Amino acid sequence: MSDLITEQHGPVLLLRLNRPARLNALTDGLAAEIAAALEAADGDDATRAVVITGDERAFAAGADIGELAQPGGPQLEVWDRIWAVGIPIVGAVRGLALGGGLELAMSCDVLVVAEDARLGQPEIKLGLIPGAGGTQRLSRALGKALAMELVLTGREIDGREAYARGLAGACVPAELVLRTALALAQTIAAHAPLAVRAAKRAVNDAFELPLASALGRERSAFRGLLETADGREGVAAFIEKRPPTWSGK
Amino acid sequence: MSNPVDHRLEREGAVATIVFDRPAAYNAVTGAMLLSLQATMKALARDREVRAIVLTGAGKAFCAGQALDDAQTMSEGNGRPDLLRAVMERFNPLVIAIATIEKPVIAAVNGVAAGAGMGIALAADFRFVAASASFTTAFAKIGLVPDSGVSFFLPRMVGYARALELTLLSEKIDAARANELGLVTKLCGDDVLAQAKAFAATLAQGPRALGLIKRELVQNGLGDLRAALTYEAQLQAIAGDTADFIEGVSAFREKRQPHFCGE
Repeated sequence: MSDLITEQHGPVLLLRLNRPARLNALTDGLAAEIAAALEAADGDDATRAVVITGDERAFAAGADIGELAQPGGPQLEVWDRIWAVGIPIVGAVRGLALGGGLELAMSCDVLVVAEDARLGQPEIKLGLIPGAGGTQRLSRALGKALAMELVLTGREIDGREAYARGLAGACVPAELVLRTALALAQTIAAHAPLAVRAAKRAVNDAFELPLASALGRERSAFRGLLETADGREGVAAFIEKRPPTWSGK
Repeated sequence: MSNPVDHRLEREGAVATIVFDRPAAYNAVTGAMLLSLQATMKALARDREVRAIVLTGAGKAFCAGQALDDAQTMSEGNGRPDLLRAVMERFNPLVIAIATIEKPVIAAVNGVAAGAGMGIALAADFRFVAASASFTTAFAKIGLVPDSGVSFFLPRMVGYARALELTLLSEKIDAARANELGLVTKLCGDDVLAQAKAFAATLAQGPRALGLIKRELVQNGLGDLRAALTYEAQLQAIAGDTADFIEGVSAFREKRQPHFCGE
């Protein structure tokens, strides 16, 4: 059995982390499988959104401790590949999302968490710090005060607090997490793909570029979309009070 | 406004009366009926000449809740009911409309108010109840959880302990017990509708402030109704996925005792 199970749900690709005996701890091999699956989905016209999930007990409980003990530690460059894809990714978090698991969750564009999910960056307890974006993405999502507390103490927050503080976009009972995430992904997948990708890029620009540059890129992306077939179709369909038909162009 | 589905709208002066009108089915609600009731409530909210609203049922019942013979609702999720959608899109907007419309709403409970029918009665501002009428939460009997605001309104009206008892045991609450519990504004006889209408006509002469008072009490006295209704819908979706729910519905249809496996 592979460490990563893939299921195609129409235009949505579901990736299930499958190392249940290790609470889906991330190995170099599993991270590379995730990156490869995301890159394949990114290049597949029939796939318009991805959902990443674990199982009831864990989204991902962190880096594989065995690999942390190896000389050089885990391979971190693979994360650049995960962050580079343009296809939208919905994270569906049940149970533990700790360390690299929370970093993977924060690498998703939309996050659905279970009320009783447990999220945290406990690396400080190992004499380490997060190494795959945790300090940066947590600070951007939660603000300095709470991010600093979590990173310095290793304290976990539950899904309700993660939602209340803006780390997750939705918080539902654990039994509904995957269903909610798949429904969100289907909603996104039904929209014009060029617009979806431009939207993901533009929102990410807010966290990566100075405001003036990000506003300039938003403006040119908007103008570019007006000239696309789907942009014209969307406006025409609205005026004609009919549902749009997207060509992906 | 398009024609009301499975209900009638009657007007007497400033009082509008909504009559649930599926008497052969104890006024159990279908999806189409709920959407139509939402539209009726929206129209009544906009209609300045309507200043009080009465809700009642045709025939023997007030409202028996979800119609278990409503093919659309019972099979839209791959042959099983999609209860998240049913509750979020059909029941919750109606309950919110009743609880938040800035006009007094009087439930004239002429007969049984079960399940969502009880929720509708509780969402109203006043309950005039016929001595022969009764309430029951009903949900647990078919393996479901209270929705339509029952889990929200009931503990606020009767206290947490009694609300838990009423929802877990799902027993019939006759009009006298409902009165003791504080659910009843006025205990009536067979003239329940006439009494409710007369009361509504008096309220309809009140100031605009009545609507604002209602808004104030909803905001300050109730808490987050919308969040509570969403949570009910989510838990109903979980209950709807259980084998016990399928058994509960089958047993109800076959008029036998259910055998719940606890899963």
